[in-house]
Amino acid sequence: MGYEFLEHEADMGIRCTGSTLGEAFEEGGRALFELMVDIDAVKPSQAVEIECEAPGVPELFVEWLNELLSQKDIKEMFFSDFKVSSIEKKNDKYQLAAKAFGEPIDLKRHGVKIEAKGATYAGLKYEEKGGMHTLQCIIDV
Amino acid sequence: MGEAIKVVKKEDYIYEVPKTGDMLVPGRIYADQPIIDHLTSDVAGTKEWNALKQIVNVASLPGIQKASLAMPDVHPGYGFPIGGVGAFDLKSGVIAVGGVGFDINCGVRNLKTKLTKADLEPKKQQLADELFRIIPAGLGSHGDIRLTMDEIDEVCLKGAEFSIERGYGLKEDLEYIEENGKIGNAKPENVSDKAKQRQLKEVGTLGSGNHYLEVQYVDEVFDKEAAKAFGLFKDQIIVSIHCGSRALGHQVGTDYLKELEAASRKYGIPIREKELVCAPFESEEGQKYFTAMNCGINVAFANRQALVGLTRKGFSAVFGMDEKEIQTLYEIGHNTAKLERHNVDGEEKDLIVHRKGATRAFGPGREEVPAAYRQIGQPVLIGGTMGTSSFILHGTEKAMNETFGSACHGAGRAMSRKQAKKDFWGEDLVKKLSVQGIIIKGHSMAGVAEEAPGAYKDVEEVVNVMHNSGISKKVVRLKPLISIKG
Repeated sequence: MGYEFLEHEADMGIRCTGSTLGEAFEEGGRALFELMVDIDAVKPSQAVEIECEAPGVPELFVEWLNELLSQKDIKEMFFSDFKVSSIEKKNDKYQLAAKAFGEPIDLKRHGVKIEAKGATYAGLKYEEKGGMHTLQCIIDV
Repeated sequence: MGEAIKVVKKEDYIYEVPKTGDMLVPGRIYADQPIIDHLTSDVAGTKEWNALKQIVNVASLPGIQKASLAMPDVHPGYGFPIGGVGAFDLKSGVIAVGGVGFDINCGVRNLKTKLTKADLEPKKQQLADELFRIIPAGLGSHGDIRLTMDEIDEVCLKGAEFSIERGYGLKEDLEYIEENGKIGNAKPENVSDKAKQRQLKEVGTLGSGNHYLEVQYVDEVFDKEAAKAFGLFKDQIIVSIHCGSRALGHQVGTDYLKELEAASRKYGIPIREKELVCAPFESEEGQKYFTAMNCGINVAFANRQALVGLTRKGFSAVFGMDEKEIQTLYEIGHNTAKLERHNVDGEEKDLIVHRKGATRAFGPGREEVPAAYRQIGQPVLIGGTMGTSSFILHGTEKAMNETFGSACHGAGRAMSRKQAKKDFWGEDLVKKLSVQGIIIKGHSMAGVAEEAPGAYKDVEEVVNVMHNSGISKKVVRLKPLISIKG
């Protein structure tokens, strides 16, 4: 249902919450791109399929954010909206399927800020409490 | 995790974390009292992530030699602290992704010119505009160099030479780059396709965050003899380029964090922090990371070399000067793990030396130091913060004896990015610095605010610790005139 940025001496932390796990992941995508650009200026006009897997939910969150960063460079797009279609546990691995929506990079229009180098395992946490899913980690910038 | 970690003053500027628990060696911190107070205040509180704890964790890794070292710009990193140095025995030791970091071989190139501050002043704005126009900087920017997947492999193997072959720079530059701009033991087949794809348009780009290109002048000469050997004089115009291996380096870091986590489990090495995973250096996994990381080192060499080529074009356009009139003073890397030979307790040993946010600072006589500087020791290039001083020091024998020939790399952050954006306005900073005669050109004002001088430790304090402890001695101080930010 939202995200916030956390204090960190050198880099930047993000904390995202959702009423479903998928929603918390989607908020994570938004937080990551808000760190880098003005996401309100990025039109969600093109979709990119994202799939990834990891041994646990927190690790899957890091994987998801890093996959988004890779796709930003490879597709030369910024993303502003995210739709997680499934997060499933299969053979000891958590698998995620999602779509990231955005448009080709337009430096004049997108209000670029700073570049995120990678999502890290530092400060990585996943909590489910009272039907709310919260995920947090530190982004290396 | 708030347990107290003891820090004991050994002598002026040297503090020790005594060996306890799983530590194989003590921690050794080069600092003054305020830096130590800042470090220990982190631990006393409830912060689960702190640099002191990371120094202890590194001291517990198999095969570590002498001490887990921290330079005065120490602050929390991923696995290793920033400002951390760890040397490991090749046979019994490990290689750690967190000892190198995501921005592999991030570093600084200094160029020297024959121009003086007085020559530059009348054309300062014109030069700032021209450099800002031709240097691709900031998030989402692309260079003129477009590569195929085969060509990326070539970059991974050739380093700076690749860019020179493409017309960016001069053969003479190579002598004054660490490893002559090309490190061996690089295997592109161990770099993922994803890492390569991300880099196809990023060779010759500055990046963002704390990366910059600055035009500076020599403000003060501290050591006349060393300055002469380095070809430096008062009021001389110097260019500093600070950037790294861009997306390929980041992806190699991300990829191998996962691979070496599995390796840590396989070889039974306790994982004390998720980013401190490692593998025995000589294991298959260790060698795979080592040879992929070396590709990242070469990509960073190629990247800086391309920017050097562009910088020369910028100066030529404004001053009509020949490209040969702008020479490479030196280039150093900050985030590396390198094979080096060092004396450990009287025995010459081959080691893998990790420097995470720390630079090499080799003393006189080492064959790695270019012949022209060999009597003095290598130039140690220490970047300040946007709008503040930078320094050139020289390596010493003491550094060889105590720190595996290593020194600090910069000022080190003292304030969070979030806080910096609250406390500073990018536009205000640009105005304030322009009154001091410094032109800031940046693509992002928020980015400028995050890099405000007030958000960093005082670079003078950090440099003085290095100087007073004898690890590296001050040669000149540089002050900025133009700063191009990503």
